[in-house]
Amino acid sequence: MRSVLQLRTPQSGNGDQHQFGGLNGKPAVKTVAASVRFRDPQIEMAHGAGGKASRRLIEGLFAPLLFNNTAAPLGDAARVEIDGSAVAMTTDSFVVKPLKFPGGSIGELAVNGTMNDLAVSGARGQAMLVTFVLEEGLPTSVLSDEVHAMAAAAERAGVTIVGGDTKVVERGKADGMYITTTGIGKFMAHVVIDPQSVRPGDKIILSGPIGDHGITILLARGELDLEADLSSDTRCVLPLIETMAEEAAPGIRWMRDPTRGGVATSLNELARDCGLGIVLSEEDIPMRNEVRGACELLGLDALHVANEGQFLAVVAPEYTDAAVNALSQTAGGEDACVIGEVRNEPSCAVLVTTRYGGSRIVDMLVGDPLPRIC
Amino acid sequence: MRYVDEFRDPELIIKASEEIYRLADPDRHYRIMEVCGGHTHAIYRFGLKDILPSNIELIHGPGCPVCVLPMGRIDDGLTVATNFDVIFAAFGDMMRVPGTQGSPFEHKARGTDVRIVYSPADALQIARKNPEKHVMFFAIGFETTAPSTALTLMRAKSEGITNFSVFCNHVTIVPAIRAILDSPDMRLDAFIGPGHVSTVIGCRPYEWIARSEGKPVVTSGFEPLDLLQSLVMLLRQLRAGEARVENQYKRVVPWEGNRAALKAMAEIFQLRPYFEWRGLGFISQSALRIRDEYAEWDAEQRFPIPGTRVTDPKAAQCGEVLKGVLKPAQCKLFGKECTPEHPIGALMVSTEGSCAAYYNYEHRKAAMVTSISSVA
Ligand code: SF4
Repeated sequence: MRSVLQLRTPQSGNGDQHQFGGLNGKPAVKTVAASVRFRDPQIEMAHGAGGKASRRLIEGLFAPLLFNNTAAPLGDAARVEIDGSAVAMTTDSFVVKPLKFPGGSIGELAVNGTMNDLAVSGARGQAMLVTFVLEEGLPTSVLSDEVHAMAAAAERAGVTIVGGDTKVVERGKADGMYITTTGIGKFMAHVVIDPQSVRPGDKIILSGPIGDHGITILLARGELDLEADLSSDTRCVLPLIETMAEEAAPGIRWMRDPTRGGVATSLNELARDCGLGIVLSEEDIPMRNEVRGACELLGLDALHVANEGQFLAVVAPEYTDAAVNALSQTAGGEDACVIGEVRNEPSCAVLVTTRYGGSRIVDMLVGDPLPRIC
Repeated sequence: MRYVDEFRDPELIIKASEEIYRLADPDRHYRIMEVCGGHTHAIYRFGLKDILPSNIELIHGPGCPVCVLPMGRIDDGLTVATNFDVIFAAFGDMMRVPGTQGSPFEHKARGTDVRIVYSPADALQIARKNPEKHVMFFAIGFETTAPSTALTLMRAKSEGITNFSVFCNHVTIVPAIRAILDSPDMRLDAFIGPGHVSTVIGCRPYEWIARSEGKPVVTSGFEPLDLLQSLVMLLRQLRAGEARVENQYKRVVPWEGNRAALKAMAEIFQLRPYFEWRGLGFISQSALRIRDEYAEWDAEQRFPIPGTRVTDPKAAQCGEVLKGVLKPAQCKLFGKECTPEHPIGALMVSTEGSCAAYYNYEHRKAAMVTSISSVA
């Protein structure tokens, strides 16, 4: 879900940018105190929900104290240089209730999520480390199922799991299990992901229908009297991105997998990072009827709902057809399409337009999406 | 999707919009109040202002149940939950609403057992599962949600579940409309009648608005086409100099309301002599309390309620916005101290609150120079 370099301070930062010893061996220069500006008195669920509060925590506390700001702006993975060669690196923790849900489970999610973070950074995941935090009393059969699921997902994704760590915590402390995966990958040729390179006129491509994962999980918790024939979209999107890159690599400017916080949050981050406006066409956003129905009923905006097997790409207009064609001819990419474009306005915001001429701004998610009542 | 697609059909919507342009007298300014917060949300969510003539001003009414709740009630509920180690169960809308000591979510982070439920029946289920704990359902809402609270209380009584109570904040819509009409600074031409509330109370309770106040009312659904059709119906009446109650939302709203729901409400609730509304002050006979026969399940009778009264922060103009006297962006705190992230008033929290709807969907559009055209 969210990982390393998304955690950086904004590129358009002011003079107090700082750097300290990084893996690239530059000397440590620490002048950070000034940019620590996280003032929230306590951690709440919203700080982990991938929306505004998460961003505030990361930019206000983690980034100034922990991250090396000299790295190129990537998004979902860090670019690390070791002796002149660059690799992509990312990490992600998975906490999901229930552990198993229609279409997938936590183990599969943990492998795919990290592979996807690398893939949307233009990198092919090569190796992965896995950390398990297990709750005392967890049935071995449950764990074993997840390990099998991870092995199968890793094989499908073409990544090797090279090691890991295990901790056990007291009963009642970890919802069964938490899994953290850390991946390292090799950059694809000619793919450069940089929000600063995004230009007005670029097109926004979406790989497929949105909201499947988030709504599936919401329904799988069994707290709502709702049923729908839906399953999570968890999958590794690397094959899709590789075919797209073969046909359109020079035109790809930015990619992101819209996990927590959904498409709206990812695109708002982009809008903020590039200072431009993202204009979407509501009717063009692919969505299953079940997802639409559930969102209508619960008062959720599908654009805020999490996905685990989709990605967004900003592609230069002259490469758009090639990119969409490549995707739609690849298994699992049949529904890929252009959902909007980059404009000068509204700057730093996302606007959704409808065919009848209405429009609305869609902001980042604030906290968790909460169903409304009336 | 049935019942959704046909009410979002671009062609029909454009036709309705053209009809509105035809009906609206360009020399006249129309002030039409949508009472219900769900309508406010839909108007912004679907960007309807973009396709309406500028002389039709939609005024947001008081029909957002979270917004009209005075802060003191939230404080009272959370104080009981914290002091008596009670599970505080409420709808998701409530969770970020600020009390003086923080919102339910902030209390949760500090250790109070706060649960989101989707219906009062879910709260009762928590009580069944946790017999050693007391579960208090913090009930809010108009006649839309009151019947399900009533049915849940009947259930609790018949099953003999005693570790469950309701902190009742249910209010009724008609006295609020009356208070708005009585307010001297409010000149309105017509009302878009609430959709969900009317499924329970029907359309009859609005007849006095047409008869004695001379203002047309059209009960409306929540899709773009519903709202536009309702405006067409209102404009037709205004043009003809008529004032009637009409029902645009016939597919859901029966003219006489829902008898079973009304009966359940009557059995459980009685009117309070008066109740404080945020922004509107005390309104007589505008809220429901639980009847004494159900005292055992009434949190206000089971627990000592501090009865906190809190005045809203001085600069906050929630009351004026709630009454429709000010537009959200005219509040001094709007978008500065008060944002959905750091809400000062409930109108900035609930999806039905006009400040949140305006902030989320509209206000940054205002800054755009170029005209908006569809991408596709
Ligand atoms: S902006 Fe905030 S303080 Fe002002 S009226 Fe709206 S909710 Fe109240």
